[in-house]
Amino acid sequence: MTFPISNETRHVKTLVTGHVVSDPERCIQCGICSYNCPIGIDVRYYAWLGQFVEDSYCLTCGECVERCPRGVLHFEKTELFTGGQK
Amino acid sequence: MTRHVIIGTGIAGYTAAETLRTMDPSVEIVLVSDDPYGFYSRPGLAYYLTGEIPEKQLFLFSKKGKLNLDVNHIKGQVTQIDPTSHTININTSGKVTYDRLLLATGASGVPLDVPGANLQGLVKLDDLQDTRKILSMIRNTKTAVVVGGGVVGIELVEGLVARGVKVHYLLRGDWFWSNVLGEIESGMVERPLAHNEVTLHHHEEIAEILGKRGKVTGVRTSTGKILQCEMVAVGIGVKARVDLAQGAGLKTERGIMVNEYLQTSASDVFAAGDAAQILDPFSGHSSIDNLWYPGRKQGRIAAFNMAGQKEMYKRTVATNVLLLAGVMTTIIGAIGSGRDEGQVSTMRGSSETWQQLPNTIASESGTDVSHLRLVVGEQKLLGALVMGDQKISRPLRDLINAQVDISPIRNQLLQPNEQFGQSVMDYWLKTKSGGQAR
Repeated sequence: MTFPISNETRHVKTLVTGHVVSDPERCIQCGICSYNCPIGIDVRYYAWLGQFVEDSYCLTCGECVERCPRGVLHFEKTELFTGGQK
Repeated sequence: MTRHVIIGTGIAGYTAAETLRTMDPSVEIVLVSDDPYGFYSRPGLAYYLTGEIPEKQLFLFSKKGKLNLDVNHIKGQVTQIDPTSHTININTSGKVTYDRLLLATGASGVPLDVPGANLQGLVKLDDLQDTRKILSMIRNTKTAVVVGGGVVGIELVEGLVARGVKVHYLLRGDWFWSNVLGEIESGMVERPLAHNEVTLHHHEEIAEILGKRGKVTGVRTSTGKILQCEMVAVGIGVKARVDLAQGAGLKTERGIMVNEYLQTSASDVFAAGDAAQILDPFSGHSSIDNLWYPGRKQGRIAAFNMAGQKEMYKRTVATNVLLLAGVMTTIIGAIGSGRDEGQVSTMRGSSETWQQLPNTIASESGTDVSHLRLVVGEQKLLGALVMGDQKISRPLRDLINAQVDISPIRNQLLQPNEQFGQSVMDYWLKTKSGGQAR
């Protein structure tokens, strides 16, 4: 028997299996992302290095993604917990 | 030990120092700058002006990312370069010798050349000092007049509006940023501005700044209008700082001329960033990019060449992403309507290559809130402008950068009233996955 998946469950699943990825070519290092991170992760530093936000405290709340004025950040599915299985 | 001297602490100068240090922990690096604040996000000034970030946020690496570059940072102004004796003269500390020199001297705002330009109340947005000056004057400013129909001009408008100042925005052309944007695109920016009580004045320039007791009280426009204001904010373009290079006998035009290795006409002197006019060996043309990311890339390439690793600067398609009056806008490659007749400078946040519109067809599609314009060549896309919904901007950048053959969808892109965004997206997915594109 399968249960229908609610929108809320889908949303939580996205947060759990996603991470924030940067596009350094768009980034002007204004720091709005870091300034608005609720737990103080220096998101801009990851964008400077062109890396995804590899911080175990990241809530993937999407605040930085939403606030960035240049569209630098977006969510991508992570393979950290799934071992590459989608 | 090799001594690398870098003049300028902007993005190109800083990146060069970082790259040199990463390559060799023992090399001697001297950074010289007359900017008292060192390295910070210059494009971020717009968000400091609107109040979205505090001043300290402009400085990178405030937390764990702080790199110890171990550089000798000299605060002072370089007054002379002598490429023969490999020396520079600094007003605060005298002569310094170099083995390799990088000129990352940047660009500075073109001053407004009208009567009254010496009055107190005239501001610009070149650096942190300028931004501080504007903010210190805000409390006593009810109305401002802004001139400059490009990125800095609109940053000034938005910043002042966010601080509660009533703005008159003077535009020389038919519409905002008329040498890059089309009428519909500009309308998408002008409408929200007007909604925020910005008064737009087209075909207007400042003829004279009016004042009383040394302070700005208003302006007289080219058509004779009198606008009362306490502040005049200017963003009419920038000019590369070439004085030092000229004085040293280096080859200059609009910027400091460099080859594809970012080498000037003196073999041990390099230039990068807003000051560098870079030759494209394939087209024979040279141009200046007043953009952050190319500045960073040039700083890195210059460092490699200073260290003796021959590395060619490969110009990628000039791209910028901007929030224009709240409308997310991506500009990729050649999309402009040609050079502005009266333009004597370049624009910050802009690339000269955007204004090069080859003999091609432009195709448009859009709604009131989203707009897409493509510049379609014989076999490839040459430029694109995406406003509003940005889903298509990354695929377009990839297709334009990689010069992908778009022949299979070319006709579709040129159909009138065609909503071609989906066709582009589908084609990009096919080419990306390595599948045979139709």
